Amino acid sequence: MLKYDVTVIGGGPSGLSAALSADRANAKTLLIEREASLGGILKQCIHDGFGLLRFGEKLSGPEYVYRDIKAVYETDIDVSLLTFVTKTEKTDDGFILHLVNRDGVTSVFTKTIVLCTGCRERTAKQVKIHGTRPAGVFTAGQAQNLVNLHGLMVTKKCVILGSGDIGLIMARRLTLEGAEVMGVYEIKSEPSGLSRNIAQCLNDFDIPLHLSTTVKRVYGHDRLEAVEVAKVDEKMNIIPGTEEIIPCDALILSVGLIPENEIAEDLGVTLDRFTKGPHTDNSFMTDVEGIFAAGNCLHVNDLVDYVSENGALAGKAAAEYVKKERKYAKITIDRTLGYIVPQEIDLTTDLSKVEMYFRSFSTVKNAVLEIKIDGNPFMEKKYMVVRPPEMEKLVLDLSSAGLTENSVISFGIVKKEGDING
Amino acid sequence: MVKEMTCIVCPNGCLLRVEQDGEEITVTGNTCKRGETFGKTELTNPMRTICSTVRTVFSDIEVVPVRVSAEIPKGMIFPVMEEINKVRLSERLGIGEKVIENVLGLNADVILTSNILKEEV
Ligand SMILES: Cc1cc2nc3c(=O)[nH]c(=O)nc-3n(C[C@H](O)[C@H](O)[C@H](O)COP(=O)(O)OP(=O)(O)OC[C@H]3O[C@@H](n4cnc5c(N)ncnc54)[C@H](O)[C@@H]3O)c2cc1C
Ligand code: SF4
Repeated sequence: MLKYDVTVIGGGPSGLSAALSADRANAKTLLIEREASLGGILKQCIHDGFGLLRFGEKLSGPEYVYRDIKAVYETDIDVSLLTFVTKTEKTDDGFILHLVNRDGVTSVFTKTIVLCTGCRERTAKQVKIHGTRPAGVFTAGQAQNLVNLHGLMVTKKCVILGSGDIGLIMARRLTLEGAEVMGVYEIKSEPSGLSRNIAQCLNDFDIPLHLSTTVKRVYGHDRLEAVEVAKVDEKMNIIPGTEEIIPCDALILSVGLIPENEIAEDLGVTLDRFTKGPHTDNSFMTDVEGIFAAGNCLHVNDLVDYVSENGALAGKAAAEYVKKERKYAKITIDRTLGYIVPQEIDLTTDLSKVEMYFRSFSTVKNAVLEIKIDGNPFMEKKYMVVRPPEMEKLVLDLSSAGLTENSVISFGIVKKEGDING
Repeated sequence: MVKEMTCIVCPNGCLLRVEQDGEEITVTGNTCKRGETFGKTELTNPMRTICSTVRTVFSDIEVVPVRVSAEIPKGMIFPVMEEINKVRLSERLGIGEKVIENVLGLNADVILTSNILKEEV
């Protein structure tokens, strides 16, 4: 049986970075991908804007990921494409993975695993829409895949439900290809995508954005013929009398992403109820010793640059993994934060540069992030504005914070007091 | 004249206030220098990049992604799209190679952004 120090599952940007950094740390590394080529979801994200933080350049998705793919093929990392993990077993000193690929069925032993399985889209089943289920209802990612990888036009005239970034990007993409995008409908009172995508994908093409509005019903037998939209109140209940019928042949859903963690759950990894990704410590190790997680399966990122960075940290940690007694401090958030990663601090590690990622629960201007240790103020950080669509990254020095086992580090966002600009 | 706009240069998406007083244009709300430049050109001659795909003659890969190598005037987006849609690639070109040189004389090339045609031979 082939033996590895680190096995990375998923060949998207997080997996590529994890494998590269494990290899740099001299670990014998295997990279497993179920598709025919490396690159993950970025293969279909042909728009530009990737890599500004990491490379200082505005690259398209395929260009961004090509750099890492090329680097991987220049190393000794074993790459196994079109490969599925069918079964996982925990042993005393690692894991046995049962794999299926074109060469048949094989098993490998690995000391550690880095989960880099990305995320998937919420689908029509997960949003409440009445009516039949005709053809012509796509998730934004499905539409992106069909248009950008297969050159298929999925619509002549469509409605987009949800203002997530992929939906905004697809509004522009479909418009460029000659489709008419009737509007983007968002149930919340704020858009969930980045402001720059509202500007460059909608405003540039005069595509209207309707806030506090949702799709109530779809019409059509074989193919979608129309949707019914309606305004909602603050409690997200439909306001009677505001209904409007919009003829269209497609409804594109951009209603959110969820971390993909089937394998993690098989391995008994605990998921966090806020991120829906694994609960991890500051080395991005899950509560199952030797299993790490990075990228969008850990929490949904909005910038791939952070995904790559996170993958590299997890890959290095996996390569350096040794089994030992650990002591933990806990991390908690109040309701002003949507989530935080990691959820625990391993006190036996280097605490001088602890990387954390968080999202606010709502938009707050002139915000102050308050960090307390066992109730005592530890640190504050000011932000001009925090918004749920924009993930924030923090690097903390906790080495002299006096953390002991069972210390609680709590995070909360408050509005700066005495601020006249509101 | 005062205009509010979102700077699209980086993911921060700062809300800019661009004020024109005769020849003088002042930009506020930007966090960095690039935002100032963006605000000024946005008022006088807005520029954009576009990304799309071109068709190929190969049955294994129907389309490949492309982008313009430099910004083009916003008003030229659809004319450039028309040019891109005329292409039918018959050579297995690699990432960065030109598919259309100096498209419509705009001093920008249309270049491939993926190496997929080279990989899957
Ligand atoms: C449709 C869509 C569009 C997006 N658009 C953007 C965008 O425009 N800009 C942006 O910054 N971010 C975008 N994102 C977020 C984007 O996913 C991240 O930026 C980045 O690609 C995440 O990298 P990743 O490696 O975590 O996941 P992914 O890129 O999703 O890669 C995960 C990889 O794991 C593989 N995999 C999953 N499960 C298994 C398994 N069991 N066995 C083997 N392999 C497996 C998958 O095939 C895939 O290749 C988008 C996400 C989606 C879903
Ligand atoms: S002003 Fe600077 S920081 Fe703000 S969005 Fe523009 S480029 Fe980014």
